[in-house]
Formats: sequence, C-alpha cells, structure tokens
Amino acid sequence: MEFFKSPNINWMGKAKYFAALSGLLLLIGLISWLHQGGLLYGIDFRGGTLVSLRFASTPPTSKLRAALAQQGLGDSTIQRNYDPSDPSSTNDVLIAMKETGGVSRRLDAGRAAILKALTALFPAPSGKQDFNAATPDGLAGFLTHQDPLQLGVSAAPRYQQLAQALLHYRDTDSGGIVKSIGDLGKAPGATPAVVASLEQGFYAGPYVIRDVQIVGPQVGSQLRRQAVLATLYALAGMLIYIAFRFEWVYGAAAVIAVFHDVLITLGFFCLFHYEISLTVIAALLTLVGYSMNDTIVIFDRVRENLRLMRRESFPEIVNRSINQTLSRTILTSSLTFLAVLVLFLLGGSVLRSFAFAMVVGVVVGTYSSFGIAAPIVVLWTRFRGEKTAGGAASGSGGRQPKHARAGERRLAAAGRR
Amino acid sequence: MNQNLKWKMLFILLIVFACLWGLFARPSFPTSWRQVAGNFHQRIKLGLDLQGGTHLVLQVDVAQAVRYECNRAIDGLTGQIRTKNIKIGDIRRVSDTQILVTNVDLAQTGSFHDIVTNQLPEWNMAPAAGQNNGFMLTMKPAAVAAIQSQTMQQSVDTIRRRVDQLGLTEPTIALTGAQNDQILVELPGEGDPTQAKAVIQAGGQLELRKVIDGPYPSEAEALASHGGILPAGSELLPGSSDGSASGQAASAYYLVTQDPVVTGRDLRSATAGPNANMPGQWQVNFTLSRNAAQRFGPFTERNIGQRLAIVLDHRVQSAPVIQGQIQDSGEITGSFTEQQASDLAVVLRSGALPASIKYIEESTVGPSLGADSIREGVQASIISLVAVMIFLLIYYRLSGVNAVLALILNLVILLAGLAYFGFVLTLPGIAGVILTIGMGVDSNVLVFERIREELRAGKANASAVDLGFERAFLTIIDTHVTTMVSAIFLFMFGTGPVRGFAITLVIGLSANIFTSIYVSRAIFDWHLSRMTRQAELSI
Repeated sequence: MEFFKSPNINWMGKAKYFAALSGLLLLIGLISWLHQGGLLYGIDFRGGTLVSLRFASTPPTSKLRAALAQQGLGDSTIQRNYDPSDPSSTNDVLIAMKETGGVSRRLDAGRAAILKALTALFPAPSGKQDFNAATPDGLAGFLTHQDPLQLGVSAAPRYQQLAQALLHYRDTDSGGIVKSIGDLGKAPGATPAVVASLEQGFYAGPYVIRDVQIVGPQVGSQLRRQAVLATLYALAGMLIYIAFRFEWVYGAAAVIAVFHDVLITLGFFCLFHYEISLTVIAALLTLVGYSMNDTIVIFDRVRENLRLMRRESFPEIVNRSINQTLSRTILTSSLTFLAVLVLFLLGGSVLRSFAFAMVVGVVVGTYSSFGIAAPIVVLWTRFRGEKTAGGAASGSGGRQPKHARAGERRLAAAGRR
Repeated sequence: MNQNLKWKMLFILLIVFACLWGLFARPSFPTSWRQVAGNFHQRIKLGLDLQGGTHLVLQVDVAQAVRYECNRAIDGLTGQIRTKNIKIGDIRRVSDTQILVTNVDLAQTGSFHDIVTNQLPEWNMAPAAGQNNGFMLTMKPAAVAAIQSQTMQQSVDTIRRRVDQLGLTEPTIALTGAQNDQILVELPGEGDPTQAKAVIQAGGQLELRKVIDGPYPSEAEALASHGGILPAGSELLPGSSDGSASGQAASAYYLVTQDPVVTGRDLRSATAGPNANMPGQWQVNFTLSRNAAQRFGPFTERNIGQRLAIVLDHRVQSAPVIQGQIQDSGEITGSFTEQQASDLAVVLRSGALPASIKYIEESTVGPSLGADSIREGVQASIISLVAVMIFLLIYYRLSGVNAVLALILNLVILLAGLAYFGFVLTLPGIAGVILTIGMGVDSNVLVFERIREELRAGKANASAVDLGFERAFLTIIDTHVTTMVSAIFLFMFGTGPVRGFAITLVIGLSANIFTSIYVSRAIFDWHLSRMTRQAELSI
C-alpha cells in the first residue's frame, strides 16, 4: 500500500499562498493574544495557591464561596473542574488564590485558610476521623487496635495489608472518595465485622483534597526567566548544529520556521484559553526539535539533489526534494499526530495542555518545513543570484555560472563534511 | 545465514535478555506472575505526580549565615583590640560582609594592622574614605562563597537527619536552584506535610543560660529595673512564664547571660517522655556529653538557687530553679503534646540549622490523583502503541513486522534504561514514551521509504536495503541530535516532572538509533538470507 507513488507538486510556486496562510494564522494568534490580555500562565509561572478538591456529590459552590469570604479569601476563584474524558471528575472543584505578595506571609497561609473554611463548612462528627483523608499507617493502627477480625496479637501485618487494600479501593476503584463507610464492604477483605468497626471510628467526609500547589512569588518569575533562557539556548544550539551540517542560510531558515511554529502554537493557546505551564514549555521545546527534524529531512534531500541534478534551477530542485520526501513526511507526521492525539483525548487533564501544544505543533511544524523554511532558502538564493549553472541567471551576466557553481560546490562540500 | 549475522542476532538477543532481566527478574527471581508485576513496580521508580506525595522547595537565608560570621568577626576583633589596648572610635557592621572601624589611634595603626591580619585572615582591609584613620574590612569573596556552600551543605545534612528520623519512605533531599541556594525535599506518599514541614523548618538551637533576673512582664519594665541599660554580657529574651509552646506572644522577659553554659552541640541524646509532674503533658529528656558534663556539673553546683533558662531558638522555653548539682541530664518542659515532644526530640538530635529557611514552593499530590494519572497515562501509551503498530503492519506489510519489533524493543530498552539508572518516571515521562513511539517510528519510515524508492528504481532487494539504510543514516542522526539538544536543555533548566520527560526522551531516542539502524538492519538481513533472490520484498 502506498499513498504517494510519485507526487509532482510545484511547492515553491505556491510559496505566496503559504505566506498568506502563515500571515493569517499569526494574525489570528495576535488577536487572541490581545483579546486575552497576554498569555495565560499556569500556577508555576504566576505563583499563588491552587487547591483541587473532589466532592462526593454536587459541590456547594455558593456556600463554599461564602465560607472562603469569611476567611478573608473573597478574591479567590472557584470553578468546576469537570473533565469530559474522566467521568469520575463530575464533582471536582478548583480553588485558586493569587499570590498576594508580602514576603513575611507564610507560603501555605492560603492553603491553611482554605482548610479552615472547609472545616467550618463541613464540621466533623466528634470522635471520628475522615476516612477520605486516612493514611495507611493511621488506618492500620486503628484496625490493629480494634482487631475486628479477632486475629490476636500478631495481627499488625495482616491489618497493614487490609489497610492498603481498603485505601487502594478508595483511590483506584472509587475515584479517591467514598460516599459512605458502608461502601467499603465492596473492597476485598472487608468483612461486615471490619466495616462495622470502621463505622465506629471513621466517617465519610464530603470532600477530599486531590492536589495542592503553592508557588511563592520569586519562584514564578525565576521559572519564567529560566524557561525563556532554555528555549533561546536550545534554538541557538540547533542553529549552530545546522549551520555546521549545511550552510548558515539553511540554519537561519530553519530557526525562522521554528519561531513561526512557536508563535502560532502560542496563538492557539490564547485562542483556546489554555494555560502555559512548565510542561507546556517542555512541549514547545519538543516541537522545536520536531519541526527542525522535518526541515532537516528536506534540506538533506536538497543537498543530495544539488549534487545529482546539475541542470535544474534551484526552485525545481527544492520542489523535487519535497516531493521525494513527501510520503515520509506525511507518514511521520500522521503517526506522531496520532500518538499525541491519543494523548490529548485520553491522557487525562494533567497533560491536556501539553498534548494540545504537541497536536498543534506537529501540524504546524510539518507545514513550516515546506511552507516557510524552504521558500526562505529559495528566496535567499534568488536574491543572491546564486543559481545552478544552466539556469536562467538574473543580474550580472558572465560571472554568474562560476559564482553559482562555487556556491553549489560549497553546499555539496558541506554535505561531504 | 552468514557468521556475521549470527553474531549480530546473538548480540541483539543478549540485549533483550539483559533488559528483561533488569526489569522483571530483580530484586528477587519471580516464581509467579504476581511477582513479575511486583518486581516491575519496584524497579521503575515513580515520580511524586504518579505515586502521590509532597514536594517542597526551601530557600536558605545564606545572607544570615554570612551576617553571623561577620558578627563573630566583630566579637573576636573587639576582644583582641581590648586585650592589646588599642584605642579606636567605633567598630560596627556596615553590611553583611563589611566592618567599619573608625578613629584608630594613629600611633597604634601598626598593631591594629597586625591584629587584623592575624585574627581575620579571610578579610581585606582598606582605608575608609572620609573617616579619620578609619578602615573598611571586607570579607573576601572566596570566604563568602565558602560560608555559603558550607551553610547549604550543613542545612542539607541537618534536614536529612531530621527527615530520616521521621520514618518517611525514601525521601529525596538535594540542593537545587540556579545558585544552589535552595533545597529540594521530596516526601513520597506524604499526604499531609504539616508535621514534616514543622520539623524541617524548626531552628533547633538549644542553649542553657543562667538567668540574671526575671521574669519581667514586659521589655520596658526589665530595662527600667536596670537603670535603662542592660549590664554587659547579658541579653533580654522573650519567653512565657508558664512554659507554653513557642509561637504565642511572649508573656514574660528574662535577663540572661549572653554566653550559654551548654548548647545543643553538647547533647548526647534527647528523647521524649511523659511529664511525671503534669500528667497529660510530655517533655524532652536530654543527656550531655562528658565534656559538657564537666562544665555543667560545677556550674549547677555554684548556682544552686538560681534559675537556669532553657532557651530554644532565642525564646526562653522554661526557667526552672537549680535545686542541686546536675551532672549531665536535664529536661525541657512545657505544654507539649506527645507529638510535639517527639518532634522536638527529633530536632534536637539532628542539630540546629545554621540559617533560617523559608518555604518557597510546595505541592502535594494526593494518592487518588496519582493513581488516575498512572491509569490514564498507561492507557494512552498502550492505545497509541497499538494504533501505530496496526498502521505499520497495514502500510508496510511484512516489513511492518520489522518496524513493530524494532519499536517494541525500543520501548523495552527505554524502560530497562530507566530501571538500571534509577531514573524516575513522571507523568510527562509517560508522555515522553508516547512521543518516542511517534518520533521513533520516523527512523523506520525514513529507511523504508528509501528502500521503496530504490526498489522502484529497479535495484535488487539486497542493494535496495543497503542503499536505504546508508542514505537514511545521516538524516536519522541529524534528527535525533536536534531533538536531544532540546531535551538536554530541558533537563538543565527544568524541575522534577519536566526532567523526567527530558530523560525519557533522551533514552528513548538513543535506544531508537540502535533499534532502527542496527536491529532493523539485522532483521532485514536475516529475512533476505531466507528469501530467494527473485522474490519480492514485502514492503
């Protein structure tokens, strides 16, 4: 089976349309960016407190808001965190607090205040612990003390195992929260005696804290700086490598194409209101690498064809190179796209923005190799008047062929290095 | 099959075996499927975002340590100046690393120079502009750097001792930050870090000092009863008259000696025990080293009837009256709960922190989120793997099997690499595995497309395969190097989860070079050797 047996598309002839498409995408990105008022930063870049809660039933958001306001946290944001691909997240809530500065403030003051608000809203029945917040040691200790299975003195290891099994049931099968202690009867090893004993010491709390992230003010700005530096260094490193393997104009074209990819991806982030976090930076750096790959494959072919095809003009050589590598390009892009699309749809909410960056990046990165990088090189060679011998020369007459051949030999020599 | 090929296949099989062994047969050889899974779980270390736990970043106030050193230098210098009877105007600290001495007696400038050179070899001295024969002493940058790194190392060691005593599973404590002035603490499985945070951050500085006067209800009264100035060698410290736990507003002030008779460094042991006199409360019992006991015994004998202040982090915890001679033991009492007393004992046993620390970042991933992340990540990996495999088989027919085998081996080597090097698998790391699948297939595609091209041009099977691999080789290297450059920069600038991603990508792509070039080639050669020359290569 083969998709593209022998394609013969005039890519460089369509360069104008590519430029227009890129311009349009960049413009859309710019408008979204302005509309959003800048990039939306994740908590690790902007600092603050983020608490992710899961409720057993519909979360009482208005009461929660009131309780938080009472603690002086009226300006915190509460939002539902339902993720369509994860049915157990219907009652998830995110509480976010900005970093209010004040160096003397304890880092976890925000979290402490949120916990106070929650305990005020959901007071615990006296004498009982919240099973949804129980730890393996605490649970095992309680069970060993109560000894519902009447195992006698050396029961501790058995109860350790039982505690692990109960908590495994809570965390993996029940989505992290049990609605009532009676539900624990479904866990392996939980006999009615065990459940009865648990009912005496535990209650099923109405919420569980899934995740807490607190980032101080300096960390955020430090991280932003590091992220920008990392990206710039990586680009510089790649530029040097490509300039070494090809010629500097190829390196510059590849870097411009990659820049274009990153800008469009960021534009899409603004358009769809995704947050930029450290993992998104990881995705951006990866797509930088991926886009470079794609561009290198085409350039490799161009270099090879320059040696073989002496009669054709440079744009024709580039066209041929792209056509020859087309099946590989489409194939790889499709397979990588497939892989990251699966990640986007099924990989969970934590990786969602990472996967989104990759999904956009793979498509744009593939496009930019023939749509941006190649036309830039063609434009440059035309501007410099360096064409292969036999091609229509522009500019000065006689000197052209020698000059052109010298340029072409330089490139071929670079390939043999 | 020629000899060369036999060795190649053997080598590949050896690698496969080594990887599988590393993943499934350690630490104990499995006798059941459950043990196989158990071994695998043990070999692959999971990051905090997958197993749940707490991640803390602390900032150490190294400037404070430098300031302490500066103060110590001033004390030493002042002592020497007094001994040698050198007249000076004033000596004071100007900044963390600078001391200003003014109005040095002109005739004694020489002796002053000598004192400084002997007492403070780590300091530079220069005339101070605008001061009458004044000198500005500046700590040498090398000395400042030495203090900073020493402080950081001591902090890490102390924190490690404390965390170890808390009995937490496999904590990670390491230096981090651009200037190595931050400490990273990772506590796997710890859902509520409140206790651990308190223990880590506690100053832990214990001093036993003689009480000169007190308790006073306020600072003003204390000053008033001494005529407005404190006597030399004394210090006013806050405390509470009923020994309640520190952190609450001071309700009493004690005038104590500046020099302690015993410090935390002199402790031989510290344990928590119930308070016999106040049932329901706990206390910390400590014993002193022999050297300290030799000082402490005579001290208590001389001062029977006086109060002894037990000072914790510059607060008077309690000030009992010395009833009789005490050789080498003591108690710290207060309204401690069992947990508080036990935590304090941990802190005292581990030693004091050399400088105060502040939390600047904290994240806690609950166990259910971790379990969800694993499930979703693994699910996505398997589905993308299967999707890619199906596509390869359809598009490349029998050669697709070649690509699939190379891909599977790639993943096995990747996982084995993580296990052997002890690298941590994080959620972005799982994404890195998925990316390795997608991008790794690229190498095979490059080769196969080239082979197809050569076959179309009429070349024979063997030479088409040859040319395919030869032509594609450089391109494969180029593409892998560029992606690894990104990954390396990500590793250098990233933290925790992102590092996991970079590592997975680097190992995955390195393995990919091996599998897509060496292994794929070997499989092709093996297949060709069993084919007749005229048969069509299924690609």
